[in-house]
Amino acid sequence: MATVDVDLPHVKEEDQHHHGPAKGLGRWLYTTNHKDIGSMYLIFSLCMFMIGGIMALIIRAELFQPGLQLVEPNFFNQMTTMHGLIMVFGAVMPAFVGLANWMIPMQVGAPDMALPRMNNWSFWILPFAFLILLSSLFMPGGAPNFGWTFYAPLSTTYAPESVTFFIFGVHIMGASSIMGAINIIATILNMRAPGMTLLRMPLFVWTWLITAFLLIAVMPVLAGVVTMMLMDIHFGTSFFNAAGGGDPVLFQHVFWFFGHPEVYIMILPAFGIISEIIPTFARKRLFGYASMVYAVASIALLSFVVWAHHMFTVGMPLVGEVFFMFATMLIAVPTGVKVFNWVATMFRGSLTFETPMLFALAFVVLFTIGGFSGLMLAIAPADFQYHDTYFVVAHFHYVLVPGAIFSIMAATYYWLPKWTGHQLNETMGKIHFWLSFVGVNITFFPMHFVGLAGMPRRIPDYALQFADFNSMASVGAFIFGFSQLVFIYNVIQNVRVGEKATAQVWEGAQGLEWTVPSPAPYHTFSTPPKVD
Amino acid sequence: MTEQNEKQTKRLVVRLATAAIAMFGFGFALVPLYDVFCEITGLNGKNFNQGPAKVSSVDRSRTVKIQFVTVNPASMPWEFKPNERSIRVFPGQDRQTAFYARNPTAHWMVAQAVPSVTPSEAAPYLHKVNCFCFDRQPLEAGADIEMPLLFVVDPKLPEHISTITLSYALYDLTEKQNVTHTIPNKNKGQVTL
Repeated sequence: MATVDVDLPHVKEEDQHHHGPAKGLGRWLYTTNHKDIGSMYLIFSLCMFMIGGIMALIIRAELFQPGLQLVEPNFFNQMTTMHGLIMVFGAVMPAFVGLANWMIPMQVGAPDMALPRMNNWSFWILPFAFLILLSSLFMPGGAPNFGWTFYAPLSTTYAPESVTFFIFGVHIMGASSIMGAINIIATILNMRAPGMTLLRMPLFVWTWLITAFLLIAVMPVLAGVVTMMLMDIHFGTSFFNAAGGGDPVLFQHVFWFFGHPEVYIMILPAFGIISEIIPTFARKRLFGYASMVYAVASIALLSFVVWAHHMFTVGMPLVGEVFFMFATMLIAVPTGVKVFNWVATMFRGSLTFETPMLFALAFVVLFTIGGFSGLMLAIAPADFQYHDTYFVVAHFHYVLVPGAIFSIMAATYYWLPKWTGHQLNETMGKIHFWLSFVGVNITFFPMHFVGLAGMPRRIPDYALQFADFNSMASVGAFIFGFSQLVFIYNVIQNVRVGEKATAQVWEGAQGLEWTVPSPAPYHTFSTPPKVD
Repeated sequence: MTEQNEKQTKRLVVRLATAAIAMFGFGFALVPLYDVFCEITGLNGKNFNQGPAKVSSVDRSRTVKIQFVTVNPASMPWEFKPNERSIRVFPGQDRQTAFYARNPTAHWMVAQAVPSVTPSEAAPYLHKVNCFCFDRQPLEAGADIEMPLLFVVDPKLPEHISTITLSYALYDLTEKQNVTHTIPNKNKGQVTL
């Protein structure tokens, strides 16, 4: 606090008039500005994306050839675990929260988030959560090595000592997510400009509203399940210990009750982003706006009754298998509605293919491939063959990398001119897109084949017949990984230089965020705009 | 923000925070709910009956094969096996068998056997009158014991089930000996181990 007092006289005049940000490090530590906090979330997410990406490259380097070349099997397991945890909780989720911070107040015509101080806090506890998690890599016994799904008793009885740090890390990131979600709901429900009724909100806002409810519903369950682990490990309870009357299968049920809504938390905001970008570059209104909203809501509701499709092989009664199989397949219906609407929006539109649109188009195609392999996995009798193979790895990487990650990149390219005030360098953007697109497919498509042929996931070594496809996937992974350096270059260059962007930026862009100048001033919509 | 708006926000935040806390509680509520769910659906093959049987008639028109399986988790050094690998019984007929356990270590130990029935559909019809799995089993270093199991298969067992597998996993409870544990017992309330 002392720094603030010292700084105050210098910035007093500026402060009083609310013209701009404070100076120095204090600006970032004490800021309550949604744009600053949004930027911090996005930068944090990018750092985590790079760390998680390095882990992915260690995994792929080891798997380039059969046999053990580079790392110990235990370290390999730590890499798969940490890669998953960091990408899910450190890269994808904070990126969406960052986009929400930046864009939701501007899209609904609010001056800031509803709870600016909590906003600051929910960001600033996040780096500590990941510091705790990452520090476990340097502890005796190593980092968590039980997979990102941390099934008990592997994560309790047989876990490395560092599991306690993992548990506290999860608690903190869970608290951060819940606070972020409360803030987003309060902003959307209470801070909309006059005239912006619920069914006039941009789809990014809608999808985030629903996502925030999912977060509030399931992040506490995650906190609960890791608390039960903590009690089993340190306080002699037996939630997941069969010897004491507990049940390890119970862990899987509670985990996936959180886990399945969690995967939709990582994809629903992506749906919103794509629904913003495609109409802009098709120069048409979004086809079927209301059906889009209802589709997202029904996907969110269905996500609570499908969790056991992750555990078809635990020995469920037949009725259970059939129920979870059909409930899962039902999700294909609203998802199909969304894909149909995106395609129908483009139908007979005046399409142009700027970088954000390319990422959005790749999203539609590649996410649909991931959706189809998801349908294959949903078939209970067939799942007994696919379960825990590389086919599952291929499936969820198709929905998460060219799904969630591509949508985040599309959103970054789409809104970057609004944030920085500089037009995109289209050439560099397209180089990044094509390298990523080719890299992603070379990496993950062959995994379908080795998975169907029976290669198990989470192994550092494999049978000879999988060698060719694995080396192919490794080459693709390095292409994809290193092409992200182009992304970082593009972002930094855009912040520094570039042609001056207009307020509207993109010819076909609609919505309140495009009515403020580029770069967006530090304070926007201090007086609410009128929406008609 | 206007004052009224602020009030609304405050109320909303309180509600959302309450919902989050309630969901934390719900995570824990899933533990007993899961037991209830397992009992209704027969999930995990744990909803067998215990205690005195009320079966009167013996169905001599068919026999059911009962297989016994024993499992030792990696950390459990005891020798543990059924005296008979598999037996045939008439539904409704009382049958006694035994399991053999030996503690080969140099120290006193306590173990607990945890049963499971496959197919889980058969579990409600396998009635255990008396089972060593109801209690903890202490054994001195090097000692061995025959542990009895008295069971009867309910004649109402569906026709298509001709084989029932009863599996026991034996867990080492020596370290937890001082902690009181309870396993929910479907018929008699709580059995203190």
